Amino acid sequence: MAAGSRRSRWVWPAFALPGVVWLALLFLLPLYIVLCLAFGTLDPVFRSPVPVWNPLQWDFSQSKYVLTHLVGENGVFGAAIWRTAVFVVVASVGCLAIAYPVAYFVTRFGGRRKGLLLALLIAPFWISYMMRMLAWVNLLQTDGLVNRALSLGGLFPVHVDWLNGRSSTVVFGLVYGYVPYMILPLYAGLDRIDQSLIEAARDLGASRLSTFRKVTLPMSKAAVIASLLLVSLPMVGDYFTNDLLSGSPSTAMFGNLINNAVLDPGQVGQGATFLILMFIVLLPAMAYYVRSTRREEGETV
Amino acid sequence: MTATTAPVRPPLPAPAQPRRSALPFVRWFKNPWRKPRILETVTWVYLTWSLLPVALAVAFSFNSGKSRSVWQGFSLRWYITDPNLSVLHDASLHIALVHTLLLGVVTTAVAVPLGVTFALGLDRWHGRLPGFWNIQMLLSFVVPEIVLGVSLYFLASQFPFNTPMTTGTTGQVIGLVTFQMSYPVIIVRARLLTIGKQFEEAATDLGASRVGALRRVLLPMLFPAIFASAVLVFADVIDDFVIVKYLSSGSDTDSVAVKIYDTARGAPTPALNALASLLLAASIGAILIGYFGYRFLTRGEGKTSLGSFAGQL
Repeated sequence: MAAGSRRSRWVWPAFALPGVVWLALLFLLPLYIVLCLAFGTLDPVFRSPVPVWNPLQWDFSQSKYVLTHLVGENGVFGAAIWRTAVFVVVASVGCLAIAYPVAYFVTRFGGRRKGLLLALLIAPFWISYMMRMLAWVNLLQTDGLVNRALSLGGLFPVHVDWLNGRSSTVVFGLVYGYVPYMILPLYAGLDRIDQSLIEAARDLGASRLSTFRKVTLPMSKAAVIASLLLVSLPMVGDYFTNDLLSGSPSTAMFGNLINNAVLDPGQVGQGATFLILMFIVLLPAMAYYVRSTRREEGETV
Repeated sequence: MTATTAPVRPPLPAPAQPRRSALPFVRWFKNPWRKPRILETVTWVYLTWSLLPVALAVAFSFNSGKSRSVWQGFSLRWYITDPNLSVLHDASLHIALVHTLLLGVVTTAVAVPLGVTFALGLDRWHGRLPGFWNIQMLLSFVVPEIVLGVSLYFLASQFPFNTPMTTGTTGQVIGLVTFQMSYPVIIVRARLLTIGKQFEEAATDLGASRVGALRRVLLPMLFPAIFASAVLVFADVIDDFVIVKYLSSGSDTDSVAVKIYDTARGAPTPALNALASLLLAASIGAILIGYFGYRFLTRGEGKTSLGSFAGQL
């Protein structure tokens, strides 16, 4: 190969260039604009946001307002963030409790029906998230099929208002919405485990449970962590599930805080601060994901 | 040799006999070689739970009455025949459907070539700089969509210069490309890793130019991965809500997902179900094309992995 010829040295950077420019202009620049708005000012007359482009002139009054109103006596924002943490943890664990057994069954015992089972597991991935939520809005209406089923066909009339500010409905919706995204990476991780190791453990006398505990579980740890991340990161930013299944401020999440603030011109600066806050909170998890992906790619980290 | 006294072994304790329970269930449960009935039940219950609600939503789109929970007979009223409210006659509904499919096609057409060249560049360009951009790319993949959506919305609404990045169809496509570009990058890079360098090197040793080797040897080998990522991007775009909503400039640039979000809590008619069902049909069409196309492209390579269509890398 004509190594080191002047032309070929620039071939690969040239290939990467469009992507690099795209990311710089449409990923990094917008994030910088978020900073300029969070540390910008507010037009006193029109109550519209005024971004400050020079970092040396950044104004911290809006972000200070947000930070001082998180907890304590003025703590109006803290509740939603705390609620988000609880919702996301409960829903992620719920997802894992469903996804692990299902993924495990399909990898180990799928047998001849593996193709069919996989197709059915992938199906929700192909159905619009909003449509799946719409399906539950239909079912959970006060005169919906869930209440009618609970009333045993009209014997004991049930009028539970499922869609009005119930935390349980929101968590249920999150689990329903995000489980499919967890099953697939888990399936991939479990499928990679050498079946002969499991058979060896069983042949040497380990019970089902101890084989699972000592062989399968440790070997699937990386997949479990990755799938938990893949599900919980988008859940933290989710606001539409809550809007559709509850619509009440009593179950508002971090995402609702951002969405509501951003759509109100007077609160854009606060919304931008929330966004930065979310980014910082999630940074360790995102960094972990990036690191493990890069390790898989065989790059030096 | 000194005479060693063989240690006297205590007799082995008799192996503990597992107590046989009288209850048939417990006996069955303790049998180490029983069939995994419990796991099987969990799986089928899960599948029913995950798919039945959607099946019911589709079924009620054919309801002849206005209810979304009481069956009043079969009709195509909400698709075609209702003069005002059906998908065919309510402009806001079929515009949303057409707009969604348009976004899907255009975004895929931009994001996939961009992602594939980016993947090739990142893979072969050595040094610190490509590492930095790889991290940015992965970050744009895992960051919650609201962060990307809001920051792009700020770019469209607060940036002091005139750019093509405004709210509306163009802005939506640009935003979606930003979010989706990482799919083809990640998939193609994974494939590059398994292909290795030997085929390209053989081609250049035999006299092909670098670009020639890329075009005639590597690209055909990458084609299944590129194709799979295109199907994935399309499916993901027609589902997208957050970016499309933030960069929408009004009702004529709303997608089906935005339409559902806006009306599901009001008093929707089954026409909304019909709209969602039509999008589902488009999705199924895409996956069938994708699945058989992928099988055709990878024929002779052994098993076709369905997982390729669900972002499983």
